[in-house]
Amino acid sequence: MSAVLDHPGDHAHGHAHDHPSGWRRWLYATNHKDIGTMYLWFSFAMLLVGGVNALLLRTELFQPGLQILRPEFFNQLTTMHGLIMVFGAVMPAFVGFANWQVPLMIGASDMAFARLNNFSFWLLPVAASLLIVSYFVPGGATAAGWTLYAPLSVQMGPGMDLAILALHLMGASSIMGSINIITTILNMRAPGMPLMKMPMFCWTWLITAYLLLAVMPVLAGAVTMVLTDRHFGTSFFNAAGGGDPVMYQHIFWFFGHPEVYIMILPAFGIISEVIPTFARKPLFGYSSMVYATASIAILSMIVWAHHMFTTGMPVTGQLFFMYATMLIAVPTGVKIFNWVATMWRGSMTFETPMLFAVGFIFVFAIGGFTGLIMAVAPLDIQIHDTYYIVAHFHYVLVAGSLFALFSGTYYWIPKWTGHMYDERLGKWHFWASMITFNITFFPMHFLGLAGMPRRYADYPMQFADFNAVVTIGAFGFGLSQLIFLWMVIRCIKGGAKASDRVWENAHGLEWTVPSPAPFHTFETPPVVK
Amino acid sequence: MNDRPPAPDTRALNLRMFGRLVVVAVVMFGFGFLLVPLYDRICEVTGLNSLTRADRGAAEFARNTQVDRSRTIVVEFDANGRGAWKFRPEVASLEVHPGELVTVVYDLENTRAAPTAGQAIPSYAPRQSAAYFRKLECFCFRQQELGANETRRFPVVFVVDPKLPKDVNTITLSYTFFEVGGKAAAAAPQPGRGAGRGLGG
Ligand code: HEM
Ligand SMILES: [Cu+2]
Repeated sequence: MSAVLDHPGDHAHGHAHDHPSGWRRWLYATNHKDIGTMYLWFSFAMLLVGGVNALLLRTELFQPGLQILRPEFFNQLTTMHGLIMVFGAVMPAFVGFANWQVPLMIGASDMAFARLNNFSFWLLPVAASLLIVSYFVPGGATAAGWTLYAPLSVQMGPGMDLAILALHLMGASSIMGSINIITTILNMRAPGMPLMKMPMFCWTWLITAYLLLAVMPVLAGAVTMVLTDRHFGTSFFNAAGGGDPVMYQHIFWFFGHPEVYIMILPAFGIISEVIPTFARKPLFGYSSMVYATASIAILSMIVWAHHMFTTGMPVTGQLFFMYATMLIAVPTGVKIFNWVATMWRGSMTFETPMLFAVGFIFVFAIGGFTGLIMAVAPLDIQIHDTYYIVAHFHYVLVAGSLFALFSGTYYWIPKWTGHMYDERLGKWHFWASMITFNITFFPMHFLGLAGMPRRYADYPMQFADFNAVVTIGAFGFGLSQLIFLWMVIRCIKGGAKASDRVWENAHGLEWTVPSPAPFHTFETPPVVK
Repeated sequence: MNDRPPAPDTRALNLRMFGRLVVVAVVMFGFGFLLVPLYDRICEVTGLNSLTRADRGAAEFARNTQVDRSRTIVVEFDANGRGAWKFRPEVASLEVHPGELVTVVYDLENTRAAPTAGQAIPSYAPRQSAAYFRKLECFCFRQQELGANETRRFPVVFVVDPKLPKDVNTITLSYTFFEVGGKAAAAAPQPGRGAGRGLGG
């Protein structure tokens, strides 16, 4: 692989790009590393915006009664928190990882379509601005919940139109991003790297990209129908004209359930990279991992109505969706088994990436179990739309997707910046996040089981104590993320010089290029042996 | 795919793949819309969700059923108009015996100075009583068109199946009369209405 190493700094072979500098470097960016960086910063900014929304909600819920927010505004905040976190923070963060890592891991010089890549990114800030502007239009932002259920979404004010437009833009961005990722992975792997030798992160992203391509357009269709119901006299979901609001739920969840796997499969990929490195053993059951990922993706398309057990489905339907949903736990279990087996008798060390990865397995498993409980239709009828659901999806999304994103950041940031991060800050970040996360979300299980409904600005007296605890935990969790920001800034500014391989047992092409990874890498494809 | 990617052949390959993937996205966009008629078909074939379909077996059923005088069920009638309707039942509730053939009358007035079409959608409480509430005749079986400011009386003829579970003593039959072809605005007059009302919780 010496062809790789003697490369940086010498661009004598007709590749003399002039790199624009200043703001132009970013606006016109076509380099996968620059675009990846922008995705990551954008999603972190959205994490903070969504986080502020959440802390406002939690402040209101600190005590029973209405203190600081009007209920209408509370509902807007709930909706925006969900939309911003899902479409602004988690999804773009994974695309950011794909941009940085996929070409480095498969030995490609860049993404397949560099200009398209630039366009995909720049749609996002536009969409985010639309969402934020929608707070200030008459009637305020949409308050229909992140699922934008009809009939509310058909009735809301102009804030809803802005949200629909924003969703269209973000959807288009993801679709273009997926096309780029699929093409890059399928066509641009280094010679000697068949699909079944590809790093697991690339596999999970390949499958995720196909899922995105299959369901994101369906969401676009659903919100387009809402839009025409609102303004052009159609009646897809409008009962007044013979439409059916439950139809919206069917179409939405046809997108919505695969969407939750879109947010977790790349996380599985990151964890599958981190654990072998720090257990100093190759990943256990590589091919079963690939098949498990693919089966999760396929199964995820036939379980959508487990979100709709209370809509009056016939019993046969409930049974089908109940068993199909439980079936997903099997490939998910295979994955968890493989990670644990990878660690089994490994010589493990617990640097921050590994801490987050092990923490991920632990808390994600809790979320998986609550998922199984909700998959049981008769139980779900009790707990649907309570805080139990809120607890479930924060265990899988925050402790799942977000912790995996942190794990990946600590793992690869030395490659991105050329500096080691401050291990002490990393450990502080992990323990603070882990503890405050559980203080925030664990009590929600009990609140839900006791019957506290989600998406309300107020609650009866008997829920007061647990809600106070939850709010305190939430502020702790929010503040813990400032440690992360501080760590990232310090790591960019300086720190111990990172070696090329960075981690003792790291395998993969990305560790063969210098740290920081130079602007151009793998212009001559490496040969994988 | 050797020396310097994206080599011209890779570029061509990439573009071909781009084209194919775009087609997938467009097809899936169409599929989202296709789901609407698809679900309608499924509901029609399986008989799910067909609240307004005429119950063909009901007349036959009514003829061959014994009246069970040992049981009395209270049937409550409810009416909601969406659009320019005045809509109400002539009696608010009745005591009926299972198996007994009953007729009630609903009054519908079109308050608009123009002919208007509408469709009534029934619903039942408790929900499981729907299967035991057999309607021989109902204005909800089809769309109704009323002339300008016309008032019309609509009979509903029904029989309660004696197999109705023993713990059900009251059935509420509620109709909502929707204007057909009206815009969304007909049901939701002012924009921002959802946002402006709050939850009241
Ligand atoms: C073993 C795996 C899982 C099972 C069996 C499962 C099952 C369920 C069920 C049955 C519901 C509906 C509950 C209700 O609304 O009454 C639900 C909700 C939800 N799940 Fe999962 N789930 C699993 C994993 C995941 C993962 C990996 C994610 C995301 C990373 C996720 C995200 C969500 C979200 C966001 C909701 C709530 C949607 C909403 O109503 O707003 N789940 N899950
Ligand atoms: Cu789901």
